[in-house]
Amino acid sequence: MSYGALNYAALFRATLPETTLEVAAVLVLFVDLAFLRRAADKLRAAIAAWLGVAGCIAAIWAVYAAGWQGFSTGNDVLFSAGGSAGVAQVAVLVLTALTLLLFIDSDFTRHPGEYVAVILMAAAGGLLIAAAQDLLVIFIGLELLSLGLYVLTAFAKKSGQSAEAAIKYYLFGGMSAAFLLFGFSLLYGLSGSTSLPRVVYGVDNAVFHGGAPLLLVALVMIAAGLGFKVAAVPFHLWAPDAYEGAPAPAAAFIASVSKVASFALLISISYTALNYLRILAQEYPAPASHSVAGAAVSRIGGGQPPVEVSFYFSWFLILVVLAVASMFLGNLAALAQSSVRRLLAYSAIAHAGYILLGLAFFGWSNASAQAILYYVLTYGLTTIGAFGVVGVVERATGSDRMDSFAGLHKRNPLLAAVTLVLFLSLAGIPPLVGFWAKFNLFAAVLGMYGGNLREMGTVSGAGLPFALVALAIAFSAVSLYYYLQVLKRAYVLPGTDQSPIAVHPVTTIVLVAIAAAVVVMGCFPALLQDWIASFYG
Amino acid sequence: MLAYVIYISFAGALAETLLPRGKNAAARWLALAVAVAGLGIAVEGFASGMGQGREVIVDAAWVPAMGIHYLLLADGISRVLVLLTGIAAVAGILFSWNVELRTNQFFAFYLALIGGVYGVFLSGDFFLLFVFYEIAIVPKYFLIAIWGSTRREYGAMKLALYSFAGSAMVLIGLLAAYTAAGSHSTALADLAHAGFSAHFQFWCFPLVFVGFAILAGMWPFHTWAPTGHVAAPTAASMLLAGVVMKLGAYGCLRVAMGVFPRGLDPWGFTFLGLGSWRGVFALLAVIGIVYGALVALAQSDFKFVIGYSSVSHMGFVLLGLMALNQIGLDGAVLQMFSHGVIAGLLFAIVGRIVYDRTHTRQFAELETMHLARRLPFAAWAFVIAGIASMGLPGFSGFVAELQVLTGAWNARPWWTVTAGAGIVVGVAYTWRALQKAFFTDNVPAPHVLEYEHTHKLDPMTWPEVAGVALLAVSTVAVGLYPRILLDQIEPAVRALLAGGVQ
Repeated sequence: MSYGALNYAALFRATLPETTLEVAAVLVLFVDLAFLRRAADKLRAAIAAWLGVAGCIAAIWAVYAAGWQGFSTGNDVLFSAGGSAGVAQVAVLVLTALTLLLFIDSDFTRHPGEYVAVILMAAAGGLLIAAAQDLLVIFIGLELLSLGLYVLTAFAKKSGQSAEAAIKYYLFGGMSAAFLLFGFSLLYGLSGSTSLPRVVYGVDNAVFHGGAPLLLVALVMIAAGLGFKVAAVPFHLWAPDAYEGAPAPAAAFIASVSKVASFALLISISYTALNYLRILAQEYPAPASHSVAGAAVSRIGGGQPPVEVSFYFSWFLILVVLAVASMFLGNLAALAQSSVRRLLAYSAIAHAGYILLGLAFFGWSNASAQAILYYVLTYGLTTIGAFGVVGVVERATGSDRMDSFAGLHKRNPLLAAVTLVLFLSLAGIPPLVGFWAKFNLFAAVLGMYGGNLREMGTVSGAGLPFALVALAIAFSAVSLYYYLQVLKRAYVLPGTDQSPIAVHPVTTIVLVAIAAAVVVMGCFPALLQDWIASFYG
Repeated sequence: MLAYVIYISFAGALAETLLPRGKNAAARWLALAVAVAGLGIAVEGFASGMGQGREVIVDAAWVPAMGIHYLLLADGISRVLVLLTGIAAVAGILFSWNVELRTNQFFAFYLALIGGVYGVFLSGDFFLLFVFYEIAIVPKYFLIAIWGSTRREYGAMKLALYSFAGSAMVLIGLLAAYTAAGSHSTALADLAHAGFSAHFQFWCFPLVFVGFAILAGMWPFHTWAPTGHVAAPTAASMLLAGVVMKLGAYGCLRVAMGVFPRGLDPWGFTFLGLGSWRGVFALLAVIGIVYGALVALAQSDFKFVIGYSSVSHMGFVLLGLMALNQIGLDGAVLQMFSHGVIAGLLFAIVGRIVYDRTHTRQFAELETMHLARRLPFAAWAFVIAGIASMGLPGFSGFVAELQVLTGAWNARPWWTVTAGAGIVVGVAYTWRALQKAFFTDNVPAPHVLEYEHTHKLDPMTWPEVAGVALLAVSTVAVGLYPRILLDQIEPAVRALLAGGVQ
């Protein structure tokens, strides 16, 4: 293992987007504290938010300007660029800008500069983990993101609920970070490296020499740490409380940006592992299938020594267990909610379950990564819109109970129409984008087993993925019930209060734009798909 | 040209949502104009498609990366059902002329539903068909939940969940077929020639068939139908029975039987005397015919009688499909049209003409009202509709059911015998409803006569008369000259049978 001299110019160029965000964060703080101390809160919030948006736009430019170089020291890759990382970085920035725009109209804090600065720093953490290829960078990025999220959750200082949610979130987060770090240190001990490709290689060697039990412990630890970030059952307990207690724009940020970044990280881990498997398969031609699970199973069948089996099969198994548990608990618990925020939290858990299914049956063609990114992106966008609506209704009625949505179509027809579009998209009704995302994801899961499916003989073929996809689709039929509960209030039941709800123009524009994007991308799915594919060169 | 029935309906729906609140008259006329334009295009497409066979209307790459096409096709079956949709849409709007609550939203949902239905009948691509199919589900929920009557929220939710459960099964089948065929195309023709193994078709066929058949009201998945029909506002129950149940039957025919024809093959073993999915579904269809008719006989609510009669009549469609011969399939498609028109007429009379004047649907109360004298138009319209529904010669139902029964006899005689018993019960429940609702023989006391004289029921309005005329003329025209539809249906069915379904 050789370490070349650190090339700081290259490092600077590779981290230009993160740097841009940090500079923007400092700038926001400076402008707010230096010039706007006496200005009205509304003005301060608006200026801070617009500065933050400008920072995000500059960072998007920086992502493109960085030129897909990535960064490595010697043989160890620290950051990748382009591909999934590029898509996720742009998505993180766009979604951050949208949540900042939703902040303009809120009044939960008197420190808008700090709020926006924390958002930008957390987003920088998101950018880091989207591109990270090194265990230490991953951990630093995750902590940067998580610490920001804890602060954001607690930002409504006048609300006891917000503080309570932040404490819960923080305790769970601290615990899971400890698990993650422990898992990483075990991996380092097994492989002698922190760079992901080398970790995979080293671990495989170590397992061959009897390190399998230790690896299993490490993988479970890591699954706990990352499962917490994506709110997968059984590491989901913080989600309903955090979604309920956090200020609406902060909750939107947690539900979208943090999700996109974390799933991008999971994609790059899966991709690295598979890439190694591909090299292995080229060296030792075996009847390898095109996926983690298929490879694992075919290796059992192929009479190979069960070394890789323990690695890939246990990772696959962990993901499947998390996915199924999340789909089950998320969808069933959402049925019982009367608070829309908690409903969104449980539905987020369910959606995480569908995505984890895509990760479990990850293929080394780009189709899997693209389908997962497509899902996370559009889900994040829709959720921001949903939290925007919840925020508006909450301010008008003082509550996020479902009943406070009653009569919405009369109080603000536009807002009701936006709600209709967003919630139906979450339920996966065509021609909205949520349906296409599901179809795309499940087609990617089953796509690798097409031939087997046609014959439908062996269990090692399509039986398991098919059964799991069928389960996911069945659950999305269940999910229609609870999404319809909200829409029923908005459109069917009469409200006790008939007074119109006024919405800030910027909020209106953002919400309508999101709803329009959901419809347009649903009618023309190729638009976003081609954009994502353009990153893979 | 035929594709514009879809676009014009969605454009109409959008225009209705943008209409300012309170412009109820404008909303009505706009909806009527859109529906009439749709009917006009449908008639034109029907006439110009005579003898044309299958034609491609639009074929554009939609999602090139996944091989999904925006492919609209029309053959004889599509054209007949598009025509039915046009007729039902116009009639439904005429019978909802008195909707005053959130009128523009009502017609917006209504037209969106119609657009989805047109889309399903014209799709030549499984994915596209599924998209339109789901578009048709959501408006149904809101139409019933907002403008409905008896237990409307329950009925609407039950209907939405049943529909969505069915479409989830279809989606699983779609994904399985798409990926099994190599993820190149979702066009129905490509999937039909993908060479799926018999084993694959053995389990994928019933999955998709049942998924669609839930919406077609197949026993024992029919329970959404009566509650949904009863809860729905008149126009929505006309559409539900008239065209939405046909979506299910059409999906069974076009997708399940068209793409997985070997799913109907004998299993090679028998289970409880059943040797193939064909036998299973035919049995369920026959049970639906008899069960629906018997339950209709026992109802005390006028609208429930019609609701259960729909289950019974849709059983004939499914039985015709399972006959798997030319005459049976011809009859099934004809029965789709025939039932669409007749059920629309029955629901219009019960839900709009009678209920909006008497505010009851209970036979016990209707019996005391002497409606034959006070609403002679409604009474005679119901006589016509009832006779058509019983399947007397001269009406469309006769031709359709005769063909279905002939086809079933050629397949398995006992299907025909049992279904024939269902027809007899059908005569009984129609007669009972007719007699109880309109022609009671208790002589009114003088003071009742006095009361009825001073409290006249509202006279017929022109939209009601026009709607009844449209539907009645349709059923009589097809009954007297069925060739007008059969000339379109027969070649399409022959092509379908030649394509593997046999």
